Amino acid sequence: MAKFKYHVLVCGGTGCRASQSETIAANIKRAVAENNLANEVQVIKTGCFGFCEKGPVVKMVPDNTFYVQVTPGDADELVLEHLVKGRKVKRLLYVDPETHTAVSDSKHMDFYKKQLRIALRNCGFIDPENIEEYIARDGYSALGTVLEQYSPEKAIEVVKASGLRGRGGGGFPTGLKWELTRKSKAEQKFVVCNADEGDPGAFMDRSILEGDPHSVLEAMAICGYCIGADKGLIYIRAEYPLAIKRLKIAIEQARKYGFLGNDIFGSGFNFDVTIRYGAGAFVCGEETALIHSMEGKRGEPTVKPPFPAQCGYQGKPTNVNNVETFANIPVIFLKGADWFSNIGTPKSPGTKVFALAGKVNNVGLIEVPMGTTLREVIFDIGGGIKSGKKFKAVQTGGPSGGCLTEKHLDLPIDYETLVANGSMMGSGGMIVMDEDDCMVSVAKFYLDFTVEESCGKCSPCRIGNKRLHELLDKITLGQGEEADLSRLRNLATVIKDTALCGLGQTSPNPVLSTLDNFPEEYEAHVKEGKCPAGQCRALMQYVIDPNLCVGCTLCSRVCPVDAISGSKKTPHFINSMVCIKCGACMEKCKFGAISVQ
Amino acid sequence: MSDKVRNLQELRNLRDELKGRLLLREKSKAPEKLVQIKVSMATCGIASGARETMSYLIEELDQQGVDAIVTQTGCMGYCYAEPTIEVTLPGEKPVVFGHVDTVKAAEIIEKYIKKGELVDGIIPDTYNTIDNK
Ligand SMILES: Cc1cc2nc3c(=O)[nH]c(=O)nc-3n(C[C@H](O)[C@H](O)[C@H](O)COP(=O)(O)O)c2cc1C
Repeated sequence: MAKFKYHVLVCGGTGCRASQSETIAANIKRAVAENNLANEVQVIKTGCFGFCEKGPVVKMVPDNTFYVQVTPGDADELVLEHLVKGRKVKRLLYVDPETHTAVSDSKHMDFYKKQLRIALRNCGFIDPENIEEYIARDGYSALGTVLEQYSPEKAIEVVKASGLRGRGGGGFPTGLKWELTRKSKAEQKFVVCNADEGDPGAFMDRSILEGDPHSVLEAMAICGYCIGADKGLIYIRAEYPLAIKRLKIAIEQARKYGFLGNDIFGSGFNFDVTIRYGAGAFVCGEETALIHSMEGKRGEPTVKPPFPAQCGYQGKPTNVNNVETFANIPVIFLKGADWFSNIGTPKSPGTKVFALAGKVNNVGLIEVPMGTTLREVIFDIGGGIKSGKKFKAVQTGGPSGGCLTEKHLDLPIDYETLVANGSMMGSGGMIVMDEDDCMVSVAKFYLDFTVEESCGKCSPCRIGNKRLHELLDKITLGQGEEADLSRLRNLATVIKDTALCGLGQTSPNPVLSTLDNFPEEYEAHVKEGKCPAGQCRALMQYVIDPNLCVGCTLCSRVCPVDAISGSKKTPHFINSMVCIKCGACMEKCKFGAISVQ
Repeated sequence: MSDKVRNLQELRNLRDELKGRLLLREKSKAPEKLVQIKVSMATCGIASGARETMSYLIEELDQQGVDAIVTQTGCMGYCYAEPTIEVTLPGEKPVVFGHVDTVKAAEIIEKYIKKGELVDGIIPDTYNTIDNK
């Protein structure tokens, strides 16, 4: 068996490929062959190392030497020095910016691993349909420990001390919520897991339930013990069939092992979980609407107070937490509140899972300590912008959030910082936009969603958002006027201040944040009738360059509305009043004479 | 019912027993030769063809007489490289491969599993776990 002694791993992530990593790999291969090492050394192209800022990256295995910012010209030296003579090439080692010393191997390079998986600790690791794999990874130990060794009050203290805050968007301190629900006196209480996950683009809750359903069940049981509830309900949208299937299997298995049911761990504590299906309405993720939906009523929110902690499901005290919030709980008991609170920032401890999407290279599900910057997420973990385009904005918080820009890239991600800058954490959708995205259209896209999802109960949300949408529509159609910009802002502010629930109170955020961060783009639409990103069709103009046009007549023949005139062998002309901007002419033109302005 | 875990000590014993059993999958006659493969089978993976990859791996390894156990797991987070699989050769660290369609799977069996040669498309582990933090 030809086993190689050495492997040279060359990063083939999109970012590194853009800086010639393929040539580097080819050059190393050639140098390896020239030095007669082809039988001992294998050169491999890998996926992204997540350290794109210092790319291209080359790693030597088995000694794990980590070379950064390698160029094709370095290949010979790397092979000759490292592989032939066994000496490290010092100038290509990573230099720690704080200590100014070179870091020679990836064992000491863990800092470049920007991700830390707490909520996702078992996702992609265990078989979610086999409880034994969860148990082997300390599953249900936290529940056992809490039931045998903690009073409910003491367990709540642990959650409080960890500093964990709700991952469903609001960031309310979880321990405090549990304490409030415990203090509400009632014969029956409920634990509810919010798995509605309505933000477009967010799929972290689904992934947790599909990859590690037991962690949520275990946490719900712990919560039940703490607040004094023996019933748990999981509200999940019916369009998550795989998550539902795995949850059902997990519940069955947990009952079989006695982690759900009566007298759990011989402690006398009873707890069981049932699943409730939602029809996938965004507003049903809001906790009061969610509770009404579970009661079989219309999924409409009600004014708080009373909070669910006082009067929730069936009028009984109810503790509602998000899936990801729950997934953190067992780890807090296994590793300790101190361990947890030391991760992240003092006010936002722990990690957050984000669904990274849009125009970034490494679309995926990531989990980073709070306080990580947007730049690290987008450019290191995300591998930068697709096709080498320019970063324009990142949208966080879904329809309730806002767009952050270049100047926000170095801000630490935590609840307060995002809100202070006009966006919010939300459930963790993160959509990256590049120079081709029109910010007015982006705001309109989110308003499309809110108008569709508004339950209609309160007029600011029902009518106000509709009006906002009409204004945006008008602007993208090139019919906007300057006064519309102040109308937008006034209306948005009124809706924010007067809407009944979180949906309406936050729905103008995408409008306000784009108005604040991209005023020039709105102005270009209303003053100059131009869409700088070239996305608003109504504002586009197809023109023929008379110097390039040879008069072949091809364009006028493909035009479906006869907007192009001109005789043979003379430059043609597009009548923009007739043109429907279908682009057929531009596609057909063999001389590159047609462009969009 | 005898399956029930009655106290924390019993859970700990069970955990230790399972840990050992899962490390050396009991199914194998010769665990020191056993290849372990996990296929990322969340909605995203399945949508990109993880199911076909998984069936292919199971059938192909069986036909070629490779002592292997193929299991499903949740989302590894590398949506841009689905389907993803993790292969652990006996005595080696786990290696994750991305974009594993049946063609790639065949290459992985031929080169990595049978000969121990790495192939292009490895995804380096880019995150810390709660065990090393
Ligand atoms: C319009 C709207 C939609 C919401 N959607 C969700 C959701 O999909 N999932 C979720 O966990 N929380 C959602 N929330 C937040 C919930 O109302 C509630 O605060 C949360 O479930 C509490 O759990 P946590 O403290 O663990 O975050 C939404 C809130 C609003 C206003």
